Amino acid sequence: MTAGPSVVALREVSKSYPNGTLALDRLSLEVGAGELLSLLGPSGCGKSTLLRLIAELAEPSTGRIEWMDPAAQHRLGFVFQEPTLMPWARVADNIRLPLMLAGMSRAESDARVDEAIAHVGLEGFARAYPRELSGGMRMRVSIARALVTRPLVLLMDEPFAALDEITRFRLESDLAELQHRRGLTVIFVTHSVFESVYLGHRVVVLSPRPGRVAASRRIEGPTLRVEAFRTSAGYLEACREVSALLAAATQRPLATTPSPSRGRGPG
Amino acid sequence: MARSEMGRSSRVVAPALIGVLALGVWEGIVRVKHIPPYILPGPLLIARTVVTDWGTLFPSLLVTLAITGAAFLVSAVLGLVLAVLFTQSAWVERAFFPYAVILQVTPLVAIAPLIILWVKWIPLALLICAWLVAFFPVLSNTVLGLTSTDRNLVDLFRLYGATRWQALRYLRLPAALPFFLGGLRISGGLALIGAVVAEFVAGTGGAQSGLAFRILEAGYQLQIPRMFAAVFLISAAGVLIFVLLQSLSRVALGRWHESEIETEG
Repeated sequence: MTAGPSVVALREVSKSYPNGTLALDRLSLEVGAGELLSLLGPSGCGKSTLLRLIAELAEPSTGRIEWMDPAAQHRLGFVFQEPTLMPWARVADNIRLPLMLAGMSRAESDARVDEAIAHVGLEGFARAYPRELSGGMRMRVSIARALVTRPLVLLMDEPFAALDEITRFRLESDLAELQHRRGLTVIFVTHSVFESVYLGHRVVVLSPRPGRVAASRRIEGPTLRVEAFRTSAGYLEACREVSALLAAATQRPLATTPSPSRGRGPG
Repeated sequence: MARSEMGRSSRVVAPALIGVLALGVWEGIVRVKHIPPYILPGPLLIARTVVTDWGTLFPSLLVTLAITGAAFLVSAVLGLVLAVLFTQSAWVERAFFPYAVILQVTPLVAIAPLIILWVKWIPLALLICAWLVAFFPVLSNTVLGLTSTDRNLVDLFRLYGATRWQALRYLRLPAALPFFLGGLRISGGLALIGAVVAEFVAGTGGAQSGLAFRILEAGYQLQIPRMFAAVFLISAAGVLIFVLLQSLSRVALGRWHESEIETEG
């Protein structure tokens, strides 16, 4: 699968915190338009920091972030590891938040909110409060809120990590379908080899802290990921290779070939 | 009967049963031991006194409630406004918060005579005394609520370009609401305590006298049942204030906050 021209590029980006922790060290990376890029790495390797830098929620200590498509820079969606919903607001009002902050009236935003709700399959839950929803449904609300602004780039920080496997598989497929249909550029942070391979057109493996690009592997597969891909020979082979790259990056010997039936494997 | 209805009923019936039992034991001891009413009146005599002395006690109750209500409202409004100011500017918080703490930790009985001496209009002096006691819980709770907003939500608001006002209006204030209401629940009771203590210190008589003065007066005249009747009315007022604020909290938070969501059992 070929990505379009670059949307954003990180050039020798480092990030250190006031307590002296170096989270990222001279990391360079380009993300193509319409690409779903999986960022894979162990906990604490700076994956989340990388997303925060791209979203301008933090400043790089050194290096720079270049936006080739300035429109994309201002049309970002962000999905956190937790659903991060306002518990006092109903589903529709949580999704409406970015539009409301942009000054759009309720009447104007209604159609956009309804569209986003339909995209994530939450019809009938617009007036529910977050506490009345399951974990998977809350995450759908979070994704709908990110989509309601019709972003060009979607940043996702381990959004499915806390979900059960069945829900996660369903949301991964939904995300793949959504990304394909809308041609979204997605940077998807995960620490799951299987998730990174299933979703990613390309998997970038980061080293343990300080995070650097340790390896990059393009994943061959159907343009639109479907469940059948999880059991294909190509998928399993890619999982093996990415596991080996991750093991090499973390400098631990690869003890066994990962079993897809364990952990986050296809079940 | 559904479990939730049983739960609601038991919330009323259980304390009522304990109350009736305790009053029965009290009345029994007074009668069996022949304790004179100027030492310890029984609950039935106290109830009769509330009825017979209602003409004297009720106006005093209204005076105490007026001071309490005014002090509570001023505490709520000023506590909220100052908490917002404190969280908008670290300099303002650093400059003023120590003085708020000093006001809180200084015993009211020590400064009430001074306030009553300086402020000639007694109701205003009482109001200031009650406010001094009631104000701090609202301020400290609301500051805590405003500063403990979910960091990811704060980031989200930044990402979508929220102005300072939008972040306050749509994020920080709703997030702080449970803390603010918790502060109000404490403040309501403290406003009553502050008003009563201030009335004791003021010791003023005449038509504007509150329940504390009625207690002092009854003590001087050895009208112990009336003293108990006044104490009972103060306690009843305190319970009423708590129930009202609890109801307000349930209405405001019942749909979304864990503290007010009905649980079974």
